[in-house]
Amino acid sequence: MRANYKVEAASGVFLLLGLGALLWLSTQATDFGNRLGDENYRISARFTNVADLKPRAPVKIGGVAVGVVEAIRLDPVSFEAIVDLRVDSRFNEIPLDTSASILTSGVLGDRYVGLEPGGSFEYLGEGDELFVTQSAVVLEQLVSKYLFNAGDGEGEEE
Amino acid sequence: MKTFVPAPVLEAGRCGLFLLQMLGALRPGRDLFTAVLQQTFLVGARSLVIIMICGFFVGMVLALQSINALQQFGAADQVSLLVGKSLFRELGPVLTALLFAGRAGTSIAAEIGLMKATSQIDAMELMAIDPVREVALPRFLAGVISVPLLTAMFNALAILGAVVFAIGVVGLDAGVFWTKLQTGVYFGEDFLGGVWKSLVFGGLVSLVAVWYGFSARPTGAGVGTATTNTVVVSSVLVLVFDFIMTSFLS
Repeated sequence: MRANYKVEAASGVFLLLGLGALLWLSTQATDFGNRLGDENYRISARFTNVADLKPRAPVKIGGVAVGVVEAIRLDPVSFEAIVDLRVDSRFNEIPLDTSASILTSGVLGDRYVGLEPGGSFEYLGEGDELFVTQSAVVLEQLVSKYLFNAGDGEGEEE
Repeated sequence: MKTFVPAPVLEAGRCGLFLLQMLGALRPGRDLFTAVLQQTFLVGARSLVIIMICGFFVGMVLALQSINALQQFGAADQVSLLVGKSLFRELGPVLTALLFAGRAGTSIAAEIGLMKATSQIDAMELMAIDPVREVALPRFLAGVISVPLLTAMFNALAILGAVVFAIGVVGLDAGVFWTKLQTGVYFGEDFLGGVWKSLVFGGLVSLVAVWYGFSARPTGAGVGTATTNTVVVSSVLVLVFDFIMTSFLS
């Protein structure tokens, strides 16, 4: 009886230690705490080019994350990319005329969606769409534009 | 009887039938609970120290190697992301399963093999006690329960090892270390994927151990062969299943 009691106590300690480690890892060493709360709403925005924006990229206002990119789809008629954004319900007073742009954190960093609040007194809600958007800047396009413009300039001078 | 089926296929089939036999003998109750708890102590709690020591040093060496490599790109800050992702997804479950096979799988196989060699299994059958239910099932279930918990301890100690090396020795910023971990390591894909893997590995290793114990020839040499086979086969199976599960999960 005595030995059995010891065994049971030891395996109890082991089970609790293991569960404790699971709990600690999941809350401290993963994005568990940073995930969106259950209360959130979806808005969408249309871009002509999303570059390498990916689902789960952050949505930021003034550099602070307020939501995540949920999905990226293509409109089969207009061939625009439709980006669905999920925004935490704590931020439920974002003006209706807010603009969205696809930005890059750092020079080689990941893409994210930056929101620039407008001045309207009506607020965004579930299913609303942002109308003022700015597409991602693609480096190749910038370089080719620069080259062609430079070529045109020289042609006029001659 | 002359067979045309290759021996490994036949072995796998017998092992699968044995698993079904074990699950068929499952009757939840107080007896089973006590037996599983006792086996959890023997296979799980007794493996804890070796798992913790190995985890700590794996974390340290991971941090050391990846800081060396990342510093060439000026990205030593990313070390916690690399350590966390590789631990949760691969190294934690696989190394724990391999250590578990060496520490607990062998003892299960040897114990059951010896019970067979000394006719204890036959005696049970004579007394109408089902040895599969009384001997095999508690050990199998204890393995399935223990391995995910041991993996969690391994990962926790490895993260601690990485903290000690990266923050304590190299002098990286603690805030950056934890922030990278908390924003880059995903709860769903990385963490739960690893837990899922370790559950399967636990079942795999303990099934192989119990099966080789039960199918051991009842001699001294037979017990030795069973122990060796347990380590070899379960290590190979863990690595094979690791690839299969990773390609299905991602």
